[in-house]
Amino acid sequence: MEDVAIVGAGQSAFSRSCGESIRELSFEAYKEAMEGLDITGDNIDASVICSAPEYDKQRSPSGLISEYLELTPKPTFYIETVCSSSSTGLRVAWSMIKAGLHRVVAVIGFQKMSELSSRDAAERMGRGGDIIWESPFGITMPAGYAMYARAHMDRYGTTEEQMAKVRVKNSHYGAANPKANYRKELSLEDIMNSDMITSPLKKFDCCANADGSSCIILARGDVAKGITKKPIWVIGLGAATDTMTMAGRQSLTGLRCAQEAAKQAYKMAGIKPQDVDVAEVHDCFTISEILAYEDLGFAKPGEGTGLIEAKQTYAGGKIPVNVDGGLLSKGHPIGATGGSQIRTIVRQLRGEATEVQVKDAEIGLVHNIGGIGQYGNVTILRR
Amino acid sequence: MGFENFGTVSFTSEAKVTDFITQLEAGRVMATRCRKCGGSYFPPKADCPRCLSGDVEWFEVKSQGKLLSYTVVNYGPTGFESDAPYILALARFDEGIQILARLSRDIAEKDIKIGMSLMVKPVKSADDRIAYQFIRA
Repeated sequence: MEDVAIVGAGQSAFSRSCGESIRELSFEAYKEAMEGLDITGDNIDASVICSAPEYDKQRSPSGLISEYLELTPKPTFYIETVCSSSSTGLRVAWSMIKAGLHRVVAVIGFQKMSELSSRDAAERMGRGGDIIWESPFGITMPAGYAMYARAHMDRYGTTEEQMAKVRVKNSHYGAANPKANYRKELSLEDIMNSDMITSPLKKFDCCANADGSSCIILARGDVAKGITKKPIWVIGLGAATDTMTMAGRQSLTGLRCAQEAAKQAYKMAGIKPQDVDVAEVHDCFTISEILAYEDLGFAKPGEGTGLIEAKQTYAGGKIPVNVDGGLLSKGHPIGATGGSQIRTIVRQLRGEATEVQVKDAEIGLVHNIGGIGQYGNVTILRR
Repeated sequence: MGFENFGTVSFTSEAKVTDFITQLEAGRVMATRCRKCGGSYFPPKADCPRCLSGDVEWFEVKSQGKLLSYTVVNYGPTGFESDAPYILALARFDEGIQILARLSRDIAEKDIKIGMSLMVKPVKSADDRIAYQFIRA
């Protein structure tokens, strides 16, 4: 059976407030993904539209975006796993192509978080957990990850300073990324002295809400070669889910959904963690990146901090991670984030990452998590 | 009565397990157990997804729990602003369940230690809302 390749990858600039409609925002990513390809919109057989619900005033945004991009009458529909939506969308698009339903599928992720007042956004955040049993206590995304951070500190001796070093790295690379919202380099002191949000996580341990879009064009292998000179092959896919409630978690020192997804993706790709040349991980908080090092097998459990201490996740290190600045620098427009991570890896594997290029990167990995570790997607790509 | 007065902000009220609230009002924090397969559930489930039985019974969470992790929340979401700062905690109990709740304000932050013993007990707020919280064992 034919393999599936990514032929195009694009994203909009991520910003605090884009000042445009969701259809116009989505077009920006679509334009970048389609530029330079030997196809037009007429060759796209289906579209998968991804975002987190309740940020869009528009109900059923798929039809709207499909119309604006002139993708009608081809099928379109909506996919949601909150912050992991566009990676789930990629998984679905891959399956549709593998099944023989379609040859070329567009995965469009978007989020316009500024559509809501900050009070309304905070209200949505309060309903991110189990609304009967946990939301009434005032649980939030940062609070959930803060409990993982505290447990990791207690078990392994991880320090707030080590977590802050993740932000130092990511702010360094974010400064070079023209698509990133936050482009200021931060010192260890800046981060350590920032406001405590939910202990032990401080303001600069947290990513920020953003507006943004991403677009990934996938194609059946034989078709892909006629569309682009540099197809990037999808060689591994993994997906898993953990409990909605914090009460259901078996461990607070790693994300089970990520561990499971990684295992599946490595097996499918037939590679080991040490074969990965460059990775994008879901650093919604600094602790999340440390957990990712361990959950992906870049470090043993409890030893993730050693990687950041030794700067092994910088561009010249053993396993470069988030050399586009990560969510911490780019901002996190929920539904667009996975596609943005994929785009970064595609550019790395094509040797087109002009700002920060990892030398001779052949295999790349994307780790994209939804909610407080509820949904995990790991995607492995090869040039 | 349903879940309309549960916690600081409740988002929905109807469920098959509203007896939980009646029991909470009477001073007990309850979980459910399947009479057929023995599976125990917190949050309580009205039906057992393992053996598909609807024959479940209530039991009280009476054991001393162990604190697994916690966080001091300085900024609450909408509706929780005036509660902050509050401490969210996760604890494991001998009945084979885990519970997320707030830590009682009687426990100072400096006295919190992961692994410390806790009990889970109902708590009423000044505005007559009800929840459960962790207190020192």
